[in-house]
Amino acid sequence: MTIKGKAYIAGIYEHPTRHAPDKSTAQLHAEVAKGAIEDAGLSKDDVDGYFCAGDAPGGAWPMVDYLGLNTKKLRHVDSTETGGCSYIIHLGHAAEAIAAGKCSIALITLAGKPRTGAMPPRAAGAEADFEMAYGATTHNAYGMCAMRHMHDYGTTSEQLAWIKVAASHHAQYNPHAMLKDVVTVEDVLNSPMISDPLHRMDCCVVSDGGGALIVTTPEIARSLKKPLVKLIGHGEAMKGPRGGKDIDLTYSAGIWSGPRAFEEAGITPKDIKYASIYDSFTITVLMQLEDLGFCKKGEGGKFVADGNLISGVGKLPFNTDGGGLCSNHPVNRGGMTKIIEAVRQLRGEAHPKVQVKNCDLAIAHGTGGLLGVRHAASTAILERV
Amino acid sequence: MSEAKKYPAPVTNPETAAFWNAAKQGKFMIKRCTACGEAHYFPRAICPFCYSDKTVWEESSGEATIYTYSLMRKSPAGPYAIGYVTLKEGPSLQTNFVDCDLEKLKIGQKVKVVFKPTDGAPLPFFTPV
Repeated sequence: MTIKGKAYIAGIYEHPTRHAPDKSTAQLHAEVAKGAIEDAGLSKDDVDGYFCAGDAPGGAWPMVDYLGLNTKKLRHVDSTETGGCSYIIHLGHAAEAIAAGKCSIALITLAGKPRTGAMPPRAAGAEADFEMAYGATTHNAYGMCAMRHMHDYGTTSEQLAWIKVAASHHAQYNPHAMLKDVVTVEDVLNSPMISDPLHRMDCCVVSDGGGALIVTTPEIARSLKKPLVKLIGHGEAMKGPRGGKDIDLTYSAGIWSGPRAFEEAGITPKDIKYASIYDSFTITVLMQLEDLGFCKKGEGGKFVADGNLISGVGKLPFNTDGGGLCSNHPVNRGGMTKIIEAVRQLRGEAHPKVQVKNCDLAIAHGTGGLLGVRHAASTAILERV
Repeated sequence: MSEAKKYPAPVTNPETAAFWNAAKQGKFMIKRCTACGEAHYFPRAICPFCYSDKTVWEESSGEATIYTYSLMRKSPAGPYAIGYVTLKEGPSLQTNFVDCDLEKLKIGQKVKVVFKPTDGAPLPFFTPV
């Protein structure tokens, strides 16, 4: 069994807002749902599958009701929660459900307001008493990975800075990006140290907003007007400290999710024309590029240096919307926007200044949770038909 | 240095109560599986490696080396250093480094366990030897 070619992304919508003091979280979910359904050329009453994660107020059943989805028709729900990569996992699960005939038009939504509202609390894990007091946050959990990567492989802050520089080159063309100024390696190194060895400009933005997808069958996708984008490979994986045995913070669960997706797609990293890589921090990108096989472990620093991730300049154009480092990071979760920009590239709808020529194969990859503590990863490989 | 930093009291549960009772005696405990011989941390009733329930408490030397760390400079409660240490007995664990110059921490540095009080059982931290 494979999901290769069994599901197409027929609708995408990214909320233009980055600051939404006058909207509710549920409202943002409704706005992105409406946007994606309209982008696909469908009606909300066509939706028969709904996917959401921990950012959806109350979970799946309150959201299905709030969104006014057609409950006589809705026959498949999935509220898998794996942090920022939840939506990439949802994409794979939607394809599985579609392949199994459990639904035919799946809606996936993400939205929230970390900038202007409180974030929903997360339930405590079994490790709580043994870790909570130590104050692991996104900054220092990724800082610990960067520190060890530098120690083991000689990765430098200058090399990490190139990732932010590349993102800023792309963000200058995105009218919705929070940070539109092109920055230099020096700018990054001169920004304040937040959690060693990560500077402020190694960190992504905090933004309100959201996004949504419509995933459907090949037949329905062909009946709609949008360029055809199909899912040809998908992988998911998780990693944690495993009782403290053989700790290694220099790789992520992407080392497993990536090969699973590439194997299913029947392609290799060399075939990829555009990469959406979750960029919560610069180190996140560097480690993911290695884990996905775009370069050898430890050589990520060399790979990203000198503008190699800049569209039209380097070998692997990445995050051409400016990504989390410059454009947005709705609900502190980057997976959704990674898929959306990959679909734009495959449709030829990216900004002309960053559009990759003949973009027929793209990857959208993300992690969720804390890279240096416990996390999930998911990889999707998409093809323009 | 914010020596008066207030740490949350462990909630504890039947699976981990023995750890916290030992902590009150200044002992730092790990779990070892008598079926596969592997030690692990944080302590579980079922061995995470072989799924045997023949796990037993063992007092750790409390001696460890720093695997990695990050000095969190932007925190409302003041800077703190989080990291992972690898115990002499094998398992690695998350902790904070205390009672030292946080700017001088290094990967590979030798550290030892030190307990800090809470309103309940004390919590383990690590400090350079």
